[in-house]
Amino acid sequence: MMTTEALAPSAGTSRIEDGPRGAKPRTLTLSRVGVYVFLILAALFFLMPLWVMVVTSLKSMPEIQLRHIFQWPQQITFEPWLKAWDTACTGRDCNGLKPGFLNSVKITLVGTTVSIIIAALNGYALSFWKYKGANILFGLLVFGAFVPYQVVIYPLIIGLREIGLFGTFPGIIIIHTIFGMPILTLLFRNFFAALPPELFKAARVDGAGFWQIFFQIMVPMAVPITIVAVILQVTGIWNDFLFGTVFAGRENMPMTVQLNNIVQTTTGVREYNVHMAATILTAAVPLAVYFISGKWFVRGIAAGAVKG
Amino acid sequence: MAQLATAKEDGAAARPAAGSSGRKPFRLSTLMSIVGTMPMIATAVGVFFICIIYSFVLSFTNSRIFPAFGADNFVGTDQYARLWSTGRWLVSVNNIWFFGLLSIVANMTAGYLLAVFMDQRIKQEDLFRSIFLYPFAMSLVITGLVWRWILDPNYGIQATVRGWGFEDFAFAPLVNSGTAIYGLVVAGIWNGVGVTMAIMLAGLRGVDGEIWKAAKIDGIPTWKTYLFIVLPMMKGALLTAFILQCVGVVRVYDLIVAMTQGGPGISTQMPAVFVIQHITDRSNVGLGMAAATMMLLPVIVLLGLQVFVQWRANRVKENA
Repeated sequence: MMTTEALAPSAGTSRIEDGPRGAKPRTLTLSRVGVYVFLILAALFFLMPLWVMVVTSLKSMPEIQLRHIFQWPQQITFEPWLKAWDTACTGRDCNGLKPGFLNSVKITLVGTTVSIIIAALNGYALSFWKYKGANILFGLLVFGAFVPYQVVIYPLIIGLREIGLFGTFPGIIIIHTIFGMPILTLLFRNFFAALPPELFKAARVDGAGFWQIFFQIMVPMAVPITIVAVILQVTGIWNDFLFGTVFAGRENMPMTVQLNNIVQTTTGVREYNVHMAATILTAAVPLAVYFISGKWFVRGIAAGAVKG
Repeated sequence: MAQLATAKEDGAAARPAAGSSGRKPFRLSTLMSIVGTMPMIATAVGVFFICIIYSFVLSFTNSRIFPAFGADNFVGTDQYARLWSTGRWLVSVNNIWFFGLLSIVANMTAGYLLAVFMDQRIKQEDLFRSIFLYPFAMSLVITGLVWRWILDPNYGIQATVRGWGFEDFAFAPLVNSGTAIYGLVVAGIWNGVGVTMAIMLAGLRGVDGEIWKAAKIDGIPTWKTYLFIVLPMMKGALLTAFILQCVGVVRVYDLIVAMTQGGPGISTQMPAVFVIQHITDRSNVGLGMAAATMMLLPVIVLLGLQVFVQWRANRVKENA
């Protein structure tokens, strides 16, 4: 199939751990200093927005009016954080980010679980139980990884409305399952296809069937790839904005959508400190996943960044 | 680790899958396989085939809020004609090219540069990598909102630097329709360059160490080796990074909504935003679907090209 190689860069990514291969450093020369100066300047550029977020969120509004965006607050206040969490307004609702957080937790937990179970089954069936036409289905699915969402969103709205799931919790889960499926299926299929075939054959000889082999042999083997898939889906679903806006409805509005609504609300004074506190709160979960999972995260995005 | 997602297509195809060899009676396990992959069948056929056709057909109708398939709703290619005479769409198309080219070139260049510097046996490599990559963990909404605040004309960098005594300092790209798109590019690069760096670094380390020795013996300077010898050898990494960039660019939506909302005026409109606006607020589904079809066109052309190249390569291999 086309794209598979392009989609599976982890063959290369694994080499990150082999260590550098560049020119050997000698003693501290001018060029060594140059290397570190460049890297440190780059690091400052990447850290600057995080610094600005944190600093702004800890200032009071009068201090923000002083216009020192980089300066550490003279007087630290956690008021903006409480407000962002509890009482910030979107239009007429003034419940802060709390409801959005709970919605995002629910959507992420259920969405991740459902999409991974389905993708694991797909990958398993595509590796060991190919039926007629399975390759065409898989080709369509991989093609789906490249289709701009805008092309299929409207028909999906109509379809979900027809079965009464538009703007509901099951609706948004279905949407995340659909759009996570191409890349996750690819991950699992490649994983299962690389397992020694004797494993499968032996189980067949013992008379095990489709489901038995899946649950008793494949699922326990698939733990590492499942970790990658979980990281991919948790950050992907948590960070989603487009599907949340279109499909989730008011009741299930995820945190990213609520954050955007709070910041873009034009009524009243713009409380930049509250906005930044809300932004950090929304970023907290994926950031935690990132720092806890470390190198697994790199593998996950390398394998799945194509999901966009 | 290597076994993670690396199985090459031929590896999987060369081994006959147990359930599919030759003609055989229909078995219970085949039925189970079909049952187990029902969601996939529904998604592949229902979403990535039927939905696309559905959108395509709608683009030939004058549907407003709801799909309309009556005989008098079919208006031929009117929507396409209207699309290409709509200023908002023309601006969107210009923007996506400009934004896309600039983002991709800047991202690939910066990504390779960072990767090369990271490849110099530096101390604290993990720390630097974490710093370059963490923005990617955050959503583009957050990226957009943070950069909008940093670039705020009254409180952001511009105001701060003016406060330091440089009264004429001007750096607020987002409020000017001519420069707003550069602000988007900066934010997009901040978010995504770490991934490019990681992929390129992996590519660099995949290059055979002998090459380095040979270049050294020949007395080729390090920078020349990186640029003219090593870079052409890591086509796989370059292609991966490039495809990721392209997919990201075509889909750019969250960033626009969070950062500029298409403004000032319509100066940062993008096709993805255009389509969503037309199927929601502007309730002009026919036009929106014509725009969506135009978005799909380059994807189909590129994938078709790739399939063709692959097919040619396979044929050459078979004939050899």
